[in-house]
Amino acid sequence: MTSVTEHPPLAAQTPPAKARTPLVRLLFGDALSALLTLLALGLILALLPALDWAILDAVWRTEDPDACRQGGACWAYVHDKARLILFGIYPPDQHWRPLLVIGLILAMVLASLSPRLWGARLLAIWGLSLLAMLGLMQGGFLGLPLVPTSQWGGLPVTLLLAVLSLGIGFPFAVALALGRRSALPVPRLVSVGLIELVRGLPLVGVLFVASILLPLLLPEGWTIDKLGRTLAALTVFAAVYLAEVIRGGLQGVDKGQGEAAQALGIPFWKTIWHIILPQAIQKVIPPLTNTAIIMVKNTSLVMIVGVFDMLGAGRAAAADPAWPAPYTETYLFVALMYFLICIAISLYSRWLEQTVKNRSHS
Amino acid sequence: MTAISVSGLNKWYGSYHALRDIDLTVEPGERIVVCGPSGSGKSTLIRCLNRLEDHQSGSIVVNGTPLTDDLKNLSAVRREVGMVFQHFNLFPHLTVLENCALPQILARGTRRAEAEARARRYLERVRIPEQSAKFPGQLSGGQQQRVAIARALCMEPKVMLFDEPTSALDPEMIKEVLETMIALADDGMTMIVVTHEMGFARRVADRVIFMDAGQIVEQAPPEDFFGNPHHARTREFLEQIVH
Repeated sequence: MTSVTEHPPLAAQTPPAKARTPLVRLLFGDALSALLTLLALGLILALLPALDWAILDAVWRTEDPDACRQGGACWAYVHDKARLILFGIYPPDQHWRPLLVIGLILAMVLASLSPRLWGARLLAIWGLSLLAMLGLMQGGFLGLPLVPTSQWGGLPVTLLLAVLSLGIGFPFAVALALGRRSALPVPRLVSVGLIELVRGLPLVGVLFVASILLPLLLPEGWTIDKLGRTLAALTVFAAVYLAEVIRGGLQGVDKGQGEAAQALGIPFWKTIWHIILPQAIQKVIPPLTNTAIIMVKNTSLVMIVGVFDMLGAGRAAAADPAWPAPYTETYLFVALMYFLICIAISLYSRWLEQTVKNRSHS
Repeated sequence: MTAISVSGLNKWYGSYHALRDIDLTVEPGERIVVCGPSGSGKSTLIRCLNRLEDHQSGSIVVNGTPLTDDLKNLSAVRREVGMVFQHFNLFPHLTVLENCALPQILARGTRRAEAEARARRYLERVRIPEQSAKFPGQLSGGQQQRVAIARALCMEPKVMLFDEPTSALDPEMIKEVLETMIALADDGMTMIVVTHEMGFARRVADRVIFMDAGQIVEQAPPEDFFGNPHHARTREFLEQIVH
């Protein structure tokens, strides 16, 4: 015989509160904590003079370069040269054009944030707007004066190189990743060969090949614009790194996904595009972000082949003899710009990862 | 016309002989349950029927279309044959509704409105229309498997293959999936089901097939199969699983 005891249903309870660790114990609780606390304090003390330089003794606004010779930071110079750093030697009376390009890139990025909107249509809009941006920078139509790419510079060049190299590199990366996993020997060998070759070279080397060697190898009369060659080098570089990241994602997609698509009769390429890739990319958002950030910063290397990105423009600005060699301030300003771009990418990727996760797992 | 006819089918994985001289004929409307110990080749057999696995010799004809390397034949066969997997294999990045609608659009070029209407109709039929906006990861295993059945039905197949559809489910969810399958059988669907659910086999099967070591050892209507198994290996197997 079974016996059943009547229990009233128990109300849900909150877990007991966890006791707070006192601050002193957190900071000096054991030898290691104490040591780290002291080291941190020492670091803060050591940085105080830098704070003096950067804020208290700094010259914020002046028209007179000589006012900057007292030893503090010369932010007045950054203010004076901001346009040069941001736009390089682009004709000053046309600065609205690169400014508009920066605005367009920002607007496009903002409009592309939500994964709901991703698809073939958004890709097409990106393609068209990038062409429009390049046209706007170049001019030569509708009464816009022609500005050759040798005069482009600063932030728009940095942003365009980063967006275009990642954007054009991405489909190649997908092709390389699929090729590397292919059962057919030719695509596999080509993919592996290209990936390993480019990965084995430093970016500086690839840039030199593209900007110096390539024009020598091309037949007489064939010229590709220097900015274009630089972009090609960055794109190839981005593609092989993205390819390896995407390959990791492809390996993480369950084999059953492809089988289900096959059994439903979905054609191969549609399966790749609609079923496999979206899942593969969701799995590798953190390393993709990493590659994107690295590529944004890699664009600064184009300076050494004579393309005026933001860093190059900054160096050119700092060479003005009227001001007392404000390299530190220039580099800090440029560094701040890079930091803002990269932290934005980073924060976005964290949000994206969370959104995707919330969506597919309750 | 026979729904499926298999003759002299052989398959090897490397040197491992996975299927040996399989002959099998399935008439339209027939319900077949395939059982046998693990590694006996039952999953391999039904995966050959829509060419998720290729075979090395013998012939498979589905609704009059021979299954060969010809891609046109292959897609014709896959249009006629739906499959439900042990691990559901729903597309985790798509909602339940999209899981059912998108394959129609991609495989058949169905217009979206029509595809979604059909998806809703079949989700209704497996009795989870209210979950259509959710993602698979937000559903229970039983619900996911019912979505997978609806997704396959949306392609309006003539034959449905089930590869251990309840083996990955918690015990309390097996019933809801089996009931969905029984309803499908009652509607006259041609079904080949690999399962160890012997209650289901008794209830719906026209024929139970017992496989061992890559061969069909015995096939009989359920009352004979369970009541009077001929083969010693069948009796041994039934003793193991019927308790």
